[in-house]
Amino acid sequence: MGKNVGIVIVSHSPDVAKGAADMVRQMVGTNVPLAWCGGNPAGGLGTSVEAIVKALELAWSDAGVVIMVDMGGAETNSEMAIEMMPERRRPKIIVCNGPIVEGSVMAATESSSGATLDRVRRAAEELYSR
Amino acid sequence: MTSGRIKVGSVLRARSQVVLTHEGGLHARPAIKLTQLAKRFDSAVWIALAERGPWIDAKSIARVMAMKTPHMATLYFAAEGEDADEATSALARLVESDFADGGDEGG
Repeated sequence: MGKNVGIVIVSHSPDVAKGAADMVRQMVGTNVPLAWCGGNPAGGLGTSVEAIVKALELAWSDAGVVIMVDMGGAETNSEMAIEMMPERRRPKIIVCNGPIVEGSVMAATESSSGATLDRVRRAAEELYSR
Repeated sequence: MTSGRIKVGSVLRARSQVVLTHEGGLHARPAIKLTQLAKRFDSAVWIALAERGPWIDAKSIARVMAMKTPHMATLYFAAEGEDADEATSALARLVESDFADGGDEGG
């Protein structure tokens, strides 16, 4: 793996993140690097910078990674997680402005055909940009 | 399913049409398979619900899903480019086969 753009799904709820990831796997297939995280370290709703960093490493692709988030802290923590990644990787990681479920499926569909990072971002954001 | 070519301006455009027999219409999963197949071709590929259009980019998953194509609708495909004929007939075959093939691994 490493050719197609990776997808990281970050939700306040682990159930939402896992559910969206299941949809990607079952609808799009397995040729897209994919990782998800959700919930805070205490087991409640929230997001964790450390968990996002781990997910970024799991879904890493030389073509880049898009992060799909649900709201608020998911976005700011994702930006902090990007700052903790090796400097050369940071420009290849994008937090997308799209619906977490549909955007993840659409981004993965685009990625599955070998699209560039920018095209994958556009697919993820298409529903919010009309 | 039928396929052929028509002339649009000075360009010969490959065409095909097929009835969508898939139960439930062109919902998420078949729409994804259709888009993934369309993207394998270098040609520009369009899809429409009527012969006169509007023609929609068949490589855009958001736009193909937004068509909300119902069960038994006739789908029209058009393509322009080197592999246009292959693209339009492959897409019609995918629909005709009830989306049995043409998906990616694990899809």
